[in-house]
Amino acid sequence: MKKKLFEFKTKTIVATGLGAALFTLLFMYVKIPTGIPETQIQTAYGVGAFFAAMFGPICGGLIAFIGHFLSDSVQYGSAWMSWVIASGFTCFIIGLVYPKLKVDEGIFTGKDMILFNVYQIIANAIAWIIIAPVLDIVIYAESPSLVFTQGVVAAISNAVSAGVIGTILLKLYSGTRASKGSLSKED
Amino acid sequence: MKNKLFDYVERDNFIFRLSGLTKIICFFCLTFAVMLSYDIRPILCVFVFSFVVLHISEIKLSQIRLMLYYTMVFLLLNFILTFLFSPQYGVQIYGTKHVLFQITERYVVTQEQLLYQITKLVKYASVIPLGMLFLLTTNPSEFAASLSSIGVSYKASYALALTLRYFPDMIRDYNDIALAQQSRGLDLSKKEKLGVRLKNIMNICVPLIFSTMDRIEVISNAMDLRGFGKHKKRTWYAKKPLRKADYLSMLFCAAVFALTICISVFINHSRFWNPFI
Repeated sequence: MKKKLFEFKTKTIVATGLGAALFTLLFMYVKIPTGIPETQIQTAYGVGAFFAAMFGPICGGLIAFIGHFLSDSVQYGSAWMSWVIASGFTCFIIGLVYPKLKVDEGIFTGKDMILFNVYQIIANAIAWIIIAPVLDIVIYAESPSLVFTQGVVAAISNAVSAGVIGTILLKLYSGTRASKGSLSKED
Repeated sequence: MKNKLFDYVERDNFIFRLSGLTKIICFFCLTFAVMLSYDIRPILCVFVFSFVVLHISEIKLSQIRLMLYYTMVFLLLNFILTFLFSPQYGVQIYGTKHVLFQITERYVVTQEQLLYQITKLVKYASVIPLGMLFLLTTNPSEFAASLSSIGVSYKASYALALTLRYFPDMIRDYNDIALAQQSRGLDLSKKEKLGVRLKNIMNICVPLIFSTMDRIEVISNAMDLRGFGKHKKRTWYAKKPLRKADYLSMLFCAAVFALTICISVFINHSRFWNPFI
């Protein structure tokens, strides 16, 4: 069955809902301190990238958007919209790799791994170095030098998270799926 | 780790009786009004107004103490960082320079910078009670209903409803797995090195995510079997009908929004209110 890029079937909806719950949970509680103060690697972006690669751009984008929005709202009372939009955008772009992968058939080769990481790095770079700071300036009139510095730090740490955790998850998950034609009739 | 996303406590007062749709529209109107304007006068009015509403809604301080604490730390950090990174941004915006006192060559405190940073602080501070109000006075089951009534696709709204429904389950699963792994000697504290800690976190995340993948299969099959998504529209059990108070509140918030835009366009002729010229 050929995968459509923007399909939105029941499974995509459920994956979005549960993925967003997972994203919120990890975003709020499971962070890895890097040693630099106030800079943590968000494991949530790894999971977001995994869901985006598994279920497509709409699912990925909504997961990061809802997840980031909820965890911001619960922790700070109000969401920081420019970063929420950038989060959603990251996972949306990563989701574009979805029709090219066959993880649910148990296939995740070295080439797929490189493909996933190329998408992931491009998505993070655009979202955090361009979109988030520009929206910060447009919506909140923040000072440019501050937001671009924050953006570069965020881009690097989120790309590390999506690259390391996302790739490991895809590899492990492809291992649990029975691949097509793996059964053969005994003579 | 608290296992509920919001401490929603049902109360009977004006704010709680409003429908979710009204609250979401009012929230967006007031938030955008504050976001788009950089004039401290209307922002201060919204600031006072949002605290008055917070008082009317009878939300207890204990419900929002943690949020307030996080927010204050965040605002303080933003205030300091803005000054460190661009101490002259206010001068650039307002086009004049009234020096108050000098710290070093680069760090000169000016009235313009002070006005810019204080406006920004009040801006953020006035939006926060609004967000809290929306979250804490709307029944979680009503969220999805109100979202779909402002035109969001009901499938996307349903995804949000699922998120709110399964979040407590996820927390419980996460705790179970974390405790099980810790009883096998997994160290999650800061004593371990970064690489080891990453591996240990993966040891919890992997089972959690794989069980979620199974659950997605089960739930989506159940929904498909009950014919979910067959029709273009659906109704919501938790949806509240609109009443007179709802229309009046929406009208009021829309008026506030229009007024701040008018102030920016006709009186200030820009987003910024400039008292220095």
